[in-house]
Amino acid sequence: MIHNEMSRRRLLGLGLGLGAAATLTLAGCGGGDDSSGPAAAGNGGKDYTGPKVDLKLWNGFTGGDGEIFKTLVNQFNSEHQNIAVSVATYQWEDYYNKLPGAASSGNGPDIAVMHMDQLATFAARGVITELDDVASALELSEGDFAPTVWKGGIYNDKRYGIPLDMHPLGFYYNKAVMEKAGLDPNKPPTTRDEYMAALTELKKSGVQGFWVSPFQFTGGMTFYSLVYQFGGSLFDAEVNKATFNSDQAVEACTWLVDMIKQGFSPANVGQDADYLAFKSGKNAFNWNGIWQVNDLKKSADIQWGVAPLPQIGSTQAAWANSHNFTIVKQRSQNANKVSASKVFINWLSQHSLDWAKGGQVPARKTVRDSAEFKALTEVNALAPELEYAAFPPAAPGLGEVMTTFYNAFNEAALGKKSPKQALDDGVAKANKQLEDNRKKYGS
Amino acid sequence: MADVIEVGAARGDAPPPAASAARRGASAGRAGRATPYLFLAPYLVLFTVFGLLPILLGIWLSLHQWDFQLPNRPFVGLDNYKELFSSDSAVYGDWWQSVRATAIFTVLSVPLLVVIPLGLALLLNRSFPGRTFFRAVYFAPYVLGVAVIGLLWRFLLDANLGLVNRLLGVVGLPSDTPWVTDVPWAWISLVGVTVWWTSGFNAVIYLAGLQDIPQELYEAAKVDGASAWERFRHVTLPGLRPVLLFVLTTTILASANVFGQSFLITQGAPGTETRTVVWFVVEEGLRNNNAGRAAAMSIVFALMLAVVSLANFRLFRYRED
Repeated sequence: MIHNEMSRRRLLGLGLGLGAAATLTLAGCGGGDDSSGPAAAGNGGKDYTGPKVDLKLWNGFTGGDGEIFKTLVNQFNSEHQNIAVSVATYQWEDYYNKLPGAASSGNGPDIAVMHMDQLATFAARGVITELDDVASALELSEGDFAPTVWKGGIYNDKRYGIPLDMHPLGFYYNKAVMEKAGLDPNKPPTTRDEYMAALTELKKSGVQGFWVSPFQFTGGMTFYSLVYQFGGSLFDAEVNKATFNSDQAVEACTWLVDMIKQGFSPANVGQDADYLAFKSGKNAFNWNGIWQVNDLKKSADIQWGVAPLPQIGSTQAAWANSHNFTIVKQRSQNANKVSASKVFINWLSQHSLDWAKGGQVPARKTVRDSAEFKALTEVNALAPELEYAAFPPAAPGLGEVMTTFYNAFNEAALGKKSPKQALDDGVAKANKQLEDNRKKYGS
Repeated sequence: MADVIEVGAARGDAPPPAASAARRGASAGRAGRATPYLFLAPYLVLFTVFGLLPILLGIWLSLHQWDFQLPNRPFVGLDNYKELFSSDSAVYGDWWQSVRATAIFTVLSVPLLVVIPLGLALLLNRSFPGRTFFRAVYFAPYVLGVAVIGLLWRFLLDANLGLVNRLLGVVGLPSDTPWVTDVPWAWISLVGVTVWWTSGFNAVIYLAGLQDIPQELYEAAKVDGASAWERFRHVTLPGLRPVLLFVLTTTILASANVFGQSFLITQGAPGTETRTVVWFVVEEGLRNNNAGRAAAMSIVFALMLAVVSLANFRLFRYRED
């Protein structure tokens, strides 16, 4: 699952933002860090005045976003004479496997970038440390971020992650294909009725307009979004029980599977086939991650647009995940390093506009409201989804349960089982896994 | 080597002659007994560190609920093993499905990987123009990494966009076969790709074996009036027996360890029907941090393979008798 996201993200190009260092300083001033009171080491990230420290940072940005990240780090280093941050990049999957061992043997980084759905696992396993003091010292609160993202950094009532960005699922439409079918390419469907009407028109022009992939990327995430759109959820509030076989979830799954049955999607769509078909004009609509924006921008011959997901169910909702900064627990804690790390995290969070050019919606509200961000048409188009984004819940060991969820959808989408049967079976297994996790992590 | 040492030692010590002879004899015996172990020592050290210790550690892990990052790693006795055999545990279904997937793949792929490379080797052993070129061609896919062949074939075999289905359509065959998303097609794809990928390796082993069979045997057989089939049956096959045993054993083990192909080409689809044992072990141990459970699965799987390998050796020994 992580691997897949990584490989998709590797497709990201260098983006546009490399030359934007000049505007960066301006954008950074938007943050709320202008109260430069007396600062001592360890005041939660406002300032660092101690001796020079070297910080190691690990991330999984193997695509063009990695370059943008390094540019930002270089800028930070030149502005902070007593902090030197060095960056190491691994593929996400290796990275998550490697980090715990490295940390416990004393070879780990000081700062680690992590997906929101990994935070609870790494917190429960004692790899990362609490950051509540960063939030309070910097007077960061829900208001500075989107509530959905901000709450995602909390596990067991303690904060472990400072959100950098969010990457939701968006609705990509191929304008040329729509035009050919007599649809207005500038008015993508936003409701269920419009969506079905558009698909019917597309079918008349000989195009199967909505390829439903049976895999996590992208069909599984589409289904995830729809479960919440139909008013369901994947788990109960305490994440004790899986609920993705609720009537709402079955209805959502049936709607997607019917896309195949009614011929709006071919059967047996392969991994990436939905997106490749979209790019080559065989598919009109693709619900895909925001990280595809930069890939599509590179292909000049595709006319496309991106919008928030159409509302198929009774409410708006979209799958999303988020990159968070975390501080890694060290065998011998160095107070200077910790406070310098906090300074870095705060600084980068304020300077996340350039990061947006890597194809992510900044988590920080001030950056999102800036004119510069609004100028990033495509990424900005998905910013409204932040309000109703359905992030994965904070529960340790959730990764394998999510795999079960996606596999259940796979069986339904490939017609091996009816939606109800597939989801019932999936929930039965997921509940056992959740029980195992409770035993293991003692929550 | 022992002799040299002895001679040197005898000279240097210059002990009384009579005693010297006796002692020399005794110590030569000791050193003589030690010699093979001294020669084996370098490998033994490597085997102990990288073979034996991990196995023992694995057994120890399998008796615990083990997450190296958690302070609490309780001893659970045989619970990890019981889970694999009790149908109400979280892993039972997945585990046996992965065993089933691995067994299907092994049973389908091993005969092909034993027979086809043998045929190739027989052909490539003849002298014809361009022989070296063809030897290289058949070996070439083996040089590619699993990531390369995995991605390559995933796109070639895609049901809706792939080249394979398009070509089938051109010649009037069904063009919508779900090669990578439904069974039994997924098995045909996985086995086919693996045969294409690794046949060259087995063929090279066979080729070396073929070249070891004395030419005189073939000549003698010819003189006795043996047909081509009889020469193959009574000269080539017996001459290849040790090589066949080697190929069969390594191929069974390699097929049972299949991971990359299904991970990349079918991604386990449909559902988890093509998820293999090694994949599931990796998933449990590294992704889900259940090292104890993963270790138990590895050990049960290793025992299964040991039984198969024993049967295999048994079979060939009987033939020899």
